[in-house]
Amino acid sequence: MKDAFGIPQSLLVLGGTSEIALATARRLIARRTRTVWLAGRASPQLDLAAEALRTQGADVHTVDFDALDPESHAEVLGKVFAEGDIDMTLLAFGVLGDQAHDEADPPAAVRVAQTNYTGAVSAGLVCAAAMQTQGHGSLVVLSSVAGERARRANFIYGSSKAGLDAFAQGLGDAMYGTGVHVMVVRPGFVRTRMTAGREETPLATTPEAVAAAVELGLRRRSETVWVPGALRVAMSLLRHLPRPLFRRLPV
Amino acid sequence: MSAEIADPVTGWGRTAPTAAARLVRPRSYEETVRAVRDCGTRGGIPRGLGRAYGDAAQNAGGSLIDMTALDRVVRVDAEAGTVACEAGISLQRLMEVLLPLGWFLPVTPGTRQVTVGGAIGSDIHGGNHPASGSFSRHVLSLDLLTSDGDIRTVVPGTPLFEATAGGMGLTGVILAATFRLHRVETSLMSVDTERASDLDDLMARLTASECRHRHRYSVGWLDLLASGSSLGRAVLTRGEHAPLAALSARSPARRQPLAFRPGRLPGAPSYVPEGLLGRTTVGLLNELWYRRAPRRRTGELQPISAFFHPLDGVPHWNRLYGRGGFVRYQFVVGDGQEEALIRIVRRIVRRGCPSLLALLKRFGVGDPGWLSFPMAGWTLSLDIPTGRTGLGPFLDELDEDVAAAGGRVCLAKDSRLRPELLAAMYPRLDEFRALRAELDPRGVFVSDLSRRLSI
Repeated sequence: MKDAFGIPQSLLVLGGTSEIALATARRLIARRTRTVWLAGRASPQLDLAAEALRTQGADVHTVDFDALDPESHAEVLGKVFAEGDIDMTLLAFGVLGDQAHDEADPPAAVRVAQTNYTGAVSAGLVCAAAMQTQGHGSLVVLSSVAGERARRANFIYGSSKAGLDAFAQGLGDAMYGTGVHVMVVRPGFVRTRMTAGREETPLATTPEAVAAAVELGLRRRSETVWVPGALRVAMSLLRHLPRPLFRRLPV
Repeated sequence: MSAEIADPVTGWGRTAPTAAARLVRPRSYEETVRAVRDCGTRGGIPRGLGRAYGDAAQNAGGSLIDMTALDRVVRVDAEAGTVACEAGISLQRLMEVLLPLGWFLPVTPGTRQVTVGGAIGSDIHGGNHPASGSFSRHVLSLDLLTSDGDIRTVVPGTPLFEATAGGMGLTGVILAATFRLHRVETSLMSVDTERASDLDDLMARLTASECRHRHRYSVGWLDLLASGSSLGRAVLTRGEHAPLAALSARSPARRQPLAFRPGRLPGAPSYVPEGLLGRTTVGLLNELWYRRAPRRRTGELQPISAFFHPLDGVPHWNRLYGRGGFVRYQFVVGDGQEEALIRIVRRIVRRGCPSLLALLKRFGVGDPGWLSFPMAGWTLSLDIPTGRTGLGPFLDELDEDVAAAGGRVCLAKDSRLRPELLAAMYPRLDEFRALRAELDPRGVFVSDLSRRLSI
């Protein structure tokens, strides 16, 4: 169960090797979290991540989970929920893709969309239903500012996040009054392995800052969280910029 | 009996909302038996008026059994001073019935809006704990509906009674209780008020008042934002039920000495911005409260409602903390642990917790309930908005201090204790768990509190 500050005792991470997710897990373990389920494709990295969290004192399990195989989601995640209540699910899987390459390779572009959007739709619905049955829980969805307005430089990724973001907002409304809380987290550029070597956009942030914002959002039971917070204003301006101007922006 | 899909509920502190799958409001024993039988896989928990601050009367995904329709007074013995009533009746209603007969409740907390079932389940205490003990000490017998559908009459001194007193509703549903009352001549209190200039002064005065036994009730209100030489400054109020002789012959109260008509102000609005009760506001209010109190005044007559339950005059006062809610933190440390108490108070003051209602009280000998909160010593309770930065880890540190001093925190208020500390704070927890495992092997009675703390 969550405590008065919204900190969960049990955490399910979808995308168990995500740096943002692991930073969040570390932060929550330091507070209250005792049981962590890391769901992801079986890999040495997943085991390493689990081991690292174990040294912090958490009881960590790994689950073989593939975002690209929605048929399996109900069964795989059902088993996790059957083991006990999950107070918080962190939907953190996603790929950035390679925009330049993917534009010329449509199947690769579709894989980005399938991972980030349809995979999340399936996993999100499964988890929301399970949490509704238990009558409580937070579903925290890692979206991105890239989904707020698609940019020339990464519109394949951006459009997938736009879909995810809209889906998560709708799901949050569907879950209103059921005891389940859905929180959309929109970080800006986060310095991680996934973005290494890419040019930073303004207001870049770190996985630890996202984790701190998630903790705050849990306490406030926020529906939308921007990281850093200034992005809320910045994106609100960008969203209303006319297309010819927006195209010319150096971002 | 009506069953419906329930909206999410919280405790009085308005934190951690969860939704029950079924909300049932039984009106008879039979309907309650049926409600317990139909609890479903996630079990059920009785709920009264929702005054527990944390998640004690919540059951996510399971059943909530709203007991407030079982609210009849069964029998009043005005000679012997006992009452038999159903568990869902509020203390407010009981006072309305009993005061005109010249009887008062043996123990009353800071609100009349609790049910008798909740009073026993949380084994509530009041400002008269040194003299009277907790509520359950006055219970002569109770009817308990257990998970197998049996209704048992339970009397003090038996393991089932001591597990149920303070057992947070986890042994079964209390359906009715018979308990002893306290004789009064008037519905007024004779109140002495004095200021204490710092914490040592307050503690000395509280100890002294206990020795003299002239006052049944005493409580110290602390200004936790005052630091330096006035750290722990307080207003101490002590009261005793006023005898008829204390009313002057011309006083209008003389004609109806047992009248009970509590007043009510407009309630708090449903939206209050977060951070209204921050350090500035609370600091100002505390300053006013302290200065407004007389240095020393004796024998002031106050109505019972003003003396015991001033906050009941403001409906929904819990909304004043904003939608993030607040934590009511209450702990007790035993006699001889005064240094630990002082250390903890200093830490709270250093931290600058804006607490509007910080109360220091004495406890007498601990009560027999296995999970009862009181133990002979000192208890401090305070309210803090959850929005204070770093409050969670700070309270965790206080828990460590409390546990190290052999103390405990109160479960009826708790919404955030780390489960690992529970066994250290409640040494009879294992017995409680064993009794529950035997009595309720399928785990029918479950609450968010019991899940969170693995009780």
